[in-house]
Amino acid sequence: LNHINIMRANDKELMRLSKEGQLFLSLDEMRAIKDHFKKLGRNPTDIELETVAQTWSEHCKHKTFRGIIEYEGHTIDNLLKNTVMRVTKELNKPWCVSVFKDNSGIIRFDEENDVCFKVETHNHPSALEPYGGAGTGIGGVIRDPLGTGLGAKPIVNTDVFCFGRPDLPYNKLPKGAIHPKRIMKGVVSGVRDYGNRMGIPTSNGAVLFDDNFVGNPLVFCGNVGILPKGMAFKEVHNGDLVVVVGGRTGRDGIHGATFSSGELTVESETVSGSCVQIGNPIQEKKVTDTLLKARDLGLYNSVTDCGAGGLSSAVGEMGEESGAEIYLEKVPLKYKGLSYTEIWISEAQERMVFAVDPANIEQFKEVFERENVEATVIGRFTDDAHLKLSYESVPVCDIEMKFLHDGVPKIRRKAVWKKETFKEPVIKAKKDLTGDLIKLLSELNIASKEWIIRQYDHEVQGGSVLKPLQGITHDGPGDACVTRPILSSKKGIILSCGINVDFGKIDPYWMAASVIDEALRQVISVGGDINKAAILDNFCWGNTNKPDRLGGLVRASQACYDIAKVYGTPFISGKDSLNNEYSVGKTSISIPPTLLISCIAVMDDTTKAITMDAKKSGNSIYIVGLTQDELGGSQYYKSMGFTGNNVPKVDAHYGKHLMDTLSRAINKGYVASCHDCSDGGMAVALAEMAFAGGLGMDIRLSAHTRPPEQKALPDTALLFSESNTRFIVETADETRFIASMKGVPIWKLGHVSSSGSFKISGSDNKQLVLAGIAKLKEAWQSPFKDI
Amino acid sequence: MKKVKVIILRTAGTNCDRETAFAFESAGATTEFVHINDLTLRKEKKLQDYQILAVPGGFTYGDDIASGKILANELKFKLEEDLRQFIASGKLIIGICNGFQVLVKAGLLPNLSGDFQTIDATLTLNDSARFEDRWVFLESIDKCVWTKGIDGTIALPIAHGEGKFIPKDKKTLDILKKEGLIVFKYAKGPGKDGHHPYNPNGSVEDIAGICDKSGRIFGLMPHPERHLKASQHPSWTRRGQKGSEAPGDGFKIFKNGVDFVKKYL
Repeated sequence: LNHINIMRANDKELMRLSKEGQLFLSLDEMRAIKDHFKKLGRNPTDIELETVAQTWSEHCKHKTFRGIIEYEGHTIDNLLKNTVMRVTKELNKPWCVSVFKDNSGIIRFDEENDVCFKVETHNHPSALEPYGGAGTGIGGVIRDPLGTGLGAKPIVNTDVFCFGRPDLPYNKLPKGAIHPKRIMKGVVSGVRDYGNRMGIPTSNGAVLFDDNFVGNPLVFCGNVGILPKGMAFKEVHNGDLVVVVGGRTGRDGIHGATFSSGELTVESETVSGSCVQIGNPIQEKKVTDTLLKARDLGLYNSVTDCGAGGLSSAVGEMGEESGAEIYLEKVPLKYKGLSYTEIWISEAQERMVFAVDPANIEQFKEVFERENVEATVIGRFTDDAHLKLSYESVPVCDIEMKFLHDGVPKIRRKAVWKKETFKEPVIKAKKDLTGDLIKLLSELNIASKEWIIRQYDHEVQGGSVLKPLQGITHDGPGDACVTRPILSSKKGIILSCGINVDFGKIDPYWMAASVIDEALRQVISVGGDINKAAILDNFCWGNTNKPDRLGGLVRASQACYDIAKVYGTPFISGKDSLNNEYSVGKTSISIPPTLLISCIAVMDDTTKAITMDAKKSGNSIYIVGLTQDELGGSQYYKSMGFTGNNVPKVDAHYGKHLMDTLSRAINKGYVASCHDCSDGGMAVALAEMAFAGGLGMDIRLSAHTRPPEQKALPDTALLFSESNTRFIVETADETRFIASMKGVPIWKLGHVSSSGSFKISGSDNKQLVLAGIAKLKEAWQSPFKDI
Repeated sequence: MKKVKVIILRTAGTNCDRETAFAFESAGATTEFVHINDLTLRKEKKLQDYQILAVPGGFTYGDDIASGKILANELKFKLEEDLRQFIASGKLIIGICNGFQVLVKAGLLPNLSGDFQTIDATLTLNDSARFEDRWVFLESIDKCVWTKGIDGTIALPIAHGEGKFIPKDKKTLDILKKEGLIVFKYAKGPGKDGHHPYNPNGSVEDIAGICDKSGRIFGLMPHPERHLKASQHPSWTRRGQKGSEAPGDGFKIFKNGVDFVKKYL
């Protein structure tokens, strides 16, 4: 048994303890621990210190979001509560069942069932070991619905990746970093092999590229689960047994929670290699099957997953109100030789912790044993509000739950925001934009991701209604997926996501606003209703100890409140991953500020869903919504090597009215296809619709047909600006469509043709773009064709 | 009405069990999920109590060693007698995707010797060397109990990494042809195939599904349970909302199995 001499340690020694122990705690935090133990008149044991470090890690505690931030002359106490969570509170939707409490957010699905949704990141492990890091990323997030309420059945996965450019020259690769192409391939395979083996369809996602993700990729994994109504809540009782179920505990995933709360460096791989966990999807599948059986038999009172921090976090959270006693030698191990601390904080995968009434324990264990899953009693829940651990009858830890959970000092940070000014490109008026469009279709952020999508089983469980790939030859880019969780019912869920890694460089406020708008647009595009939508936030930021990074985070959070509030979409869950920087020596590459908004919406009748592929020659094409001169952060600028400054804005009051109106028109059957305008703007959206449907298009930007609300803009701005709240709509029932869109700006752009050629003429009626749809499709498909 | 009882065999890594059960129930059967342990280790369930054995898709035991191999060995070595009886009483077996791999590797398909003691073929890594999920066209070749009334081509999705069918040798292939055991072949569709080969995995002679000589044991790589309704097809929206709930191409397979039991067993 080791005691750590903290009582007499000075500040320097405290920081040395934090650093050498990979605790990643600040001086203030180390001092708080010192003060606490001074009061107790003893030094902490090694395992006590570790337990506190796990619980207080940024990863588990979200100290930045919940801390005190000084920003522009005022003080924000708890950014999360004041922005993201405030939306949900103020909207107070009756269908929000459990939000920001459990392992995932729960909303009502139908009379008998609820659905829950969680998205997490696994960035740091994927940077060190892409295959294993990403596999355990999806494995980990699947355990969140499993550990939500009394356990939900996982029904859909989502994944969103951000990588450095795969064609990065090797001499530009920072020292110690893995090449982006290798990261990309490893991540894709890791998620594939875990997700497919779990038998959960991966139906929605996105892949983005930017130079600043070199060394620090982003790997977002999400999972939706379904659980019977009434099972959303759980409670641990005094005397309940603590049972660990599933995989054995090994020396993998030590210090994951704390390591991921720091920056990545050239030494990360050597120092923190053991942070990466080792996944076994079949173990998790067995746990899933048996957990749901035990749930339906009512054999336990509470459950949670072993994620970051391992047993330390799982037992610590479950026993927060009650207290717990754990006998560490009882934890089943993969192999001998683990210290009691390693047993306690190992993040070995595929483990769930249950609270089981002793009267049910035999039956409980039998359910698992029947399918060769280990279930082992390792302790009991108490009522003394202490966390007590022993190893081979020797007490090794005794901490008050109150100190563990509430003892962390609030951090105080300064935040500043100063708008950076980027160089504006000079765009010469061109007579022919065909080449620009083709180039844009081949931009990595726009090009087809079919090679990834096809490697993921997106149809298992039999519920897919709209798949990620759509159109006549099943290869067009769908806006959102639609899934029926219950095969005998027409009711379904829509999943979509909004993310943009370029807007945030200009202004994180409008980036956040835009990605919320984008996620909601996709719901509308497939026939959904944003009044039934809930969203999730995943912030991935650089080192927020630096005031400028934090200033951006504050702005993005404010946009979350402003925009989601007006759209009426509550946040139900979220997560942040800060410190996404890769440092070599004194230089540090920060990722661009990135917010992923994931959206889930209930759809009452999935037979009314529509897709984005053009359907029939002769149908009219409209743009719904207004285009502004907003090329800042656009893919068009990016393809020319610029960022620009005119970032797209969102007017949510106008946007809400527009989306509600369009949603009604789609629901009435007046719309044959609909595609949201996002990366690449109107031109890319039109081209994608055309080649997905195998049909041509005649588009005229003629000044004569332009509605008065639409400002006159250069053709390049009209075609490539990424202004928000815009949709391309194909209709066969023009009269009814126009009548139903009253009060919303629409512009008839042209019609679908059978010719197979894609034509656009400019404001002056002269031809601007002319290309065969096969050629456009080839440009769009070629970048990732031979990977 | 006679009850048709289907046993949906499960084990670690089975993952298409629910939708396979749903398919049989839509066709009028009752289904029961039974873990392999309950048949072998615990002997709490008996194969003979059911008329159809369905081995669904998934990654049984992670497809470690080779796809379907471990469950195949469990069937062959732990359930040999029960299977012999089951087959002898004229009952039906279907294996889909991983289930097909299991039946082939257990010697139950094509079972040329009649006593499943030899393995006549295998399913191995796709030519693309990766897992793929996409829709294919299947041409109905030889009829078996399960494909009565299915003529021409149908559309079903595949989702596998090890679907390349290879018969043991030329002679075996000739017997498969001569005896009429090749039920489905991958086929070119009516339109363009895009940039994908129509045969998704490089199977010898485009073989996608086979049966035994009785026509009662049937296995295929594509997933009929994923095309029970028109709305499961990737381009159903091109045909419009009407008819989206109509039966898809896969439904008939389950219906045939259930109807056969009703009529003859």
